[in-house]
Amino acid sequence: MNLKKTFLPLVNPLSKDNPVIVQVLGICSALAVTAKMEPALVMTISVTAVLAIANVLISLLRNTIPSSIRIIVQLVVVAALVVVVDQVLKAWNYEISKALSVFIGLIITNCIIMGRLEAFALNNRPWPAFLDGIGNGLGYGIILIIVSFFRELFGSGTLFGCQIFPDWWYEAGYQNNGMMILPPMALIVVACIIWAHRSINKDLQE
Amino acid sequence: MENLNLFIRSIFIDNMIFAYFLGMCSYLAVSKNVKTAFGLGVAVTFVLLIALPVCWCINQYILVPGALSWLGEEYAETDLSFLGLIMFISVIAALVQLLEMVIEKYSPGLYNSLGIFLPLIAVNCAILGAVLFMQQREFSNAWTATVYGVGSGIGWLLAITCLAAIRERLNVEAVPKPLRGIGITFIITGLMGIAFMSFLGIKL
Repeated sequence: MNLKKTFLPLVNPLSKDNPVIVQVLGICSALAVTAKMEPALVMTISVTAVLAIANVLISLLRNTIPSSIRIIVQLVVVAALVVVVDQVLKAWNYEISKALSVFIGLIITNCIIMGRLEAFALNNRPWPAFLDGIGNGLGYGIILIIVSFFRELFGSGTLFGCQIFPDWWYEAGYQNNGMMILPPMALIVVACIIWAHRSINKDLQE
Repeated sequence: MENLNLFIRSIFIDNMIFAYFLGMCSYLAVSKNVKTAFGLGVAVTFVLLIALPVCWCINQYILVPGALSWLGEEYAETDLSFLGLIMFISVIAALVQLLEMVIEKYSPGLYNSLGIFLPLIAVNCAILGAVLFMQQREFSNAWTATVYGVGSGIGWLLAITCLAAIRERLNVEAVPKPLRGIGITFIITGLMGIAFMSFLGIKL
C-alpha cells in the first residue's frame, strides 16, 4: 500500500490524470510536432527532462521563493533548462532541431510545466516532485506517440521514416492520405482519443 | 504592399491557432463566452503589438552575432544569441505585468472576468511563438515586425471569438456524452482549421 502511494504521482498522469487529454495542458506542442514520430519522440524526451529537473529544483527552492515573484523565478528556471536542451539538441542532431524549429523554445511556455510547478512542486518534497515530473512527461509523451503514430502511418505510410505499407499496395491503388499531415487532422485525432478515453472512464464525462 | 501581404497572411493563412496551434490553452479555456473571449483577444493583440518591435530591437542590436559592434571594435565578434529565450520571455512577462495594472485601473469588469488568464498571457505560446518566428524569418525592420505582430494578434482574436460564438450555441445541442466539453471543441477547431485552409495561396 505504501509503495503504491509513493508511486502514485508517477502512475496517475499516465491515464486517469493525463496532462493532455484530461487536464488539457500543453496542447500547443502536442499538436504541432506530431506529423512524424521522430520529432514527437524527441519532444517527449525534452519535455520530460525539463519537467523532471524543473520540478526538483523548484521543490528544493520552495521554502525560499517569496510567493509574489514565484512566476518569474519559475520562468527563469525553466528558461535556463530549455536553453540547455536547445543547445544540446543543436549539437547532437541538427536536423531534428531544425524540424522542431520554434517548438523547443516554446517548451518554456508549455502549460504542463508551469501547471505542475504551481500545483505540485511548490507543495511537495523533491522525490515525489521528481516522480510527478517523469509521470507527467510520460503522460504527455503517450498522447504524442499515439497521435504521431496514426498521422505518420496514414499520412506518409511510414513509421520513424521506414516504409510500412508494401509497394504493391500502392500499385494496387492505395494512396497516402495527405489530409493526415495537415494541421487540422491533429486536432481531430486528439478528439478521437479523448472520445475513446472518456467512453471508458465514465467519471471524466462532463 | 509587402507589409499588407504579410498582414493578410498572418491573419488568415499563418493563423496562430489553425496553422501552428499556438496559444491553445487559453483558447480552449476562455472561449465559453464571446465577451470575455473578445477581451482576451484584444489583450493578446496589444501585447503582441508592443512585444514584437521591442524584441526585434533586442534581437537586432544585442543578440545576433556581431550585433554589439555599435559598442566598439572589441565587441564585433560577440555572439549572444543563446540568451534569446531568456531575454524575450522577460520582456513579455514585464509587458504583461504592465498591461495587468492598466486593465485593473481602467476596466475592472474585464479584469475580473479574465481572472487568472490575464497573468497567464505571459506564458501564452502565441506571443513567444510570434517572437521566435520573427527571429527565425529575419524581418528587415521593426515596422515589418510590428505588422506581423498585429496580424497574428488579430488572427488569434478572430479564432477565439468565432469559437466562443459557436460554443455558446453548442450549449443547447445534444452532443454525445464522452465528447461533451473538450472533445467537441477540438473537432470544431479542426473543422475551422480546414475552412481557414481555403485561404491558402491568397496573394496581394
